Amino acid sequence: MVKVAKRSDKSMIRVESINKSFGDNQVLHDINLTVHEGEVVVIIGPSGSGKSTLLRCINFLEKSESGQIYFGEELVVHKENAINKMRQNVGMVFQHFYLFPHMTVLGNIIEGPIQVKGMKKQEAIKLAEELLDKVGLLDKKDFYPAMLSGGEKQRVAIARALAMSPKFMLFDEPTSALDPELVGDVLNVMNQLAKEGMTMLVVTHEMGFAKEVADRIIFMDEGKIVEEGNPDSFFLNPENERVKDFLGCII
Amino acid sequence: MNYDFSLIIEKFPIFLPAALETLKIAAASILMGVILGLIIAFGRLSKHKIIYYLSTLYVTIIRGTPIILQLFIVYYGLANIIKLDPYPSAIIAFGVHNAAYIAEIFRGSILSIDKGQMEAARSIGMSNFLAMRRIILPQAFKRAVPNLGNQFIIAVKDSSLASTIAVRELLLKSQQLGSSTFRFMEYLLIAGIYYLIITVILSFFVNKLEKRLAVNER
Repeated sequence: MVKVAKRSDKSMIRVESINKSFGDNQVLHDINLTVHEGEVVVIIGPSGSGKSTLLRCINFLEKSESGQIYFGEELVVHKENAINKMRQNVGMVFQHFYLFPHMTVLGNIIEGPIQVKGMKKQEAIKLAEELLDKVGLLDKKDFYPAMLSGGEKQRVAIARALAMSPKFMLFDEPTSALDPELVGDVLNVMNQLAKEGMTMLVVTHEMGFAKEVADRIIFMDEGKIVEEGNPDSFFLNPENERVKDFLGCII
Repeated sequence: MNYDFSLIIEKFPIFLPAALETLKIAAASILMGVILGLIIAFGRLSKHKIIYYLSTLYVTIIRGTPIILQLFIVYYGLANIIKLDPYPSAIIAFGVHNAAYIAEIFRGSILSIDKGQMEAARSIGMSNFLAMRRIILPQAFKRAVPNLGNQFIIAVKDSSLASTIAVRELLLKSQQLGSSTFRFMEYLLIAGIYYLIITVILSFFVNKLEKRLAVNER
């Protein structure tokens, strides 16, 4: 099956020569990566390969030592205001959800629109209810996070990120902390988002998702991008030995 | 002379004004301690070196010296620069003292909040300040309540030290009546019962608050 490329040539995010160390341990070596508008890029690789760190550097949750990040065509400078501005356009979903436990499901979702964007409460609630409907959790809107299952928490977290109307979504192992039977619901929501044309950069171990949804797959090892390609060629004829070993282990 | 415990009941009401003084000193110094303590806690968490060292120095000095010494420094020691009455001296000294302990309580509870909460807040575009106010502090405050309650009780009892600079609170009242009648035990017990009533009521409300705040947690 040949996938029809849906991406445009316009860059959504461009990472240039990012280096990052924790103490003496260099976790990212001169990473270059461009994600185009509408593209779904999946990053896979063994643990400790720097996948999550790369994602966190893109959102400035980690400060890279050198290199630049361009959002659209604009260089994002290391200033609080510029970073906050960019983050409003970049949604992030974490492995451990990080819902705000002192707020209801609805409260979690309207928080950003009201506090950051200054949206009116009524309007924010309407938006939140639409998003909750979309992730299948409208009936849980008055629940507190502690009353939800992991899969439900993650879907609320996705809705919370979407409430800021981001142009670009980062997913950091969104299903790794879930019980196996709850993974499907979260992947369905992500699948749906991809179909709607959301630009996404996803770190995951879900090879089924990667195969089905990704436009491009990136394999990282020891802080470097070792191989990249479209899913068909990547899974059928990996060139790199390290990739072959990895795929051999998990498929 | 035998103890005459019927005096306790008979003289109990005349301690009421003194009990109100105790309450006022305790409440004012706790309020000051909470406000100043929150500021010092942020100082202790600051990445700014000078702010961090100054606030750490504050906590070290206040926690490392006796509260009665601090009271005397404010009342007697500062007299050359500024002559304060006993009552404001006590409130300032105890407020400054409480702030050091309350700062450490707030700092601990802020640090106990998962780093992911701040990251999640920042990832939806919140500034550091907004994330602190809306996401971190409400959760941290909840966790601070039991320890704060403990510190409030200590503050009520510590207010008795104001008797040494002639603030007309419970302990001074019982000492004065005791020395004029030689019935120390009876009057000291009255003061003790007042302290107990205040601290028991205080911990009742702290417990209630704790339960109310815990509603959303598993």
